[in-house]
Amino acid sequence: MKALLTALVSGLLFGGGLVISDMVNPERVLGFLDVTGAWDPALLVVMAAALLPSVIAYQIKAKLRSPLCETSFQVPTRRHLDGRLLIGAALFGIGWGLVGLCPGPALAALTTGDWQVVVFVLSMLSGVAAYRWTSDR
Amino acid sequence: MISQHLIFAGIGGSLIGLSAALFLLMNGRIAGISGLTAQATKLTRDGSLPTALIFLLGLIGGALAARYLLGWPRIQITASAPLLIIGGLLVGYGTRLGSGCTSGHGVCGIARFSIRSLVATAVFITMAIVTVFIVKLVEGAV
Repeated sequence: MKALLTALVSGLLFGGGLVISDMVNPERVLGFLDVTGAWDPALLVVMAAALLPSVIAYQIKAKLRSPLCETSFQVPTRRHLDGRLLIGAALFGIGWGLVGLCPGPALAALTTGDWQVVVFVLSMLSGVAAYRWTSDR
Repeated sequence: MISQHLIFAGIGGSLIGLSAALFLLMNGRIAGISGLTAQATKLTRDGSLPTALIFLLGLIGGALAARYLLGWPRIQITASAPLLIIGGLLVGYGTRLGSGCTSGHGVCGIARFSIRSLVATAVFITMAIVTVFIVKLVEGAV
């Protein structure tokens, strides 16, 4: 139960952070990606600010045998680079650049009720499903 | 004078980082939204559906609360319907194939100095920048 509560609180913080940082706004994100235009460093600031607590958390994690509300850590362990990673990242980058939305901001932006977000999220879910059905993972 | 929106960017980013830290230390999991989305919709064999679903419901709830507190700020999406569909498909498929997105690789992966995440982040940011550039060129020429 405690695990579900902390998951909820984590989610609330994440969603709140996305809105406050305006990462839910494609125009803001595209402002960063548009390096030849009126460049907006906001996304960089968001990343840097997010990395600080995250880095500290991983340092703390190294001292723990298990997380505080679950029996074990579920952190990825693969270390090698492969084609799937590179191609997947490339495809994701293209999709992100076309619209200015990635998964987190897209879900958070559903709260605006804008139809464009709904279309994007449905398409995103279709993409997730397509991967599931063609790769058996 | 620092632009106001950059201060909000810093505050929002700190909350995202705090979220990732909490989720890691309490639940032992990566706050990677692409993965959590797949888990919550049962479109993957990994992870825990209840945990993922509760996190994402919290995400939407937190976004709603923040929008309320900020006076319902508008967002601007200029992508046309075809681009929304293609973009969405690529984001959905690409993040699964590449095992992560801006939160999973960018915030969590880089924080633990994962080479895979550093490379993935460099790739998707570069491709996004290139895509924006090309779209701008094409739209300028049309």
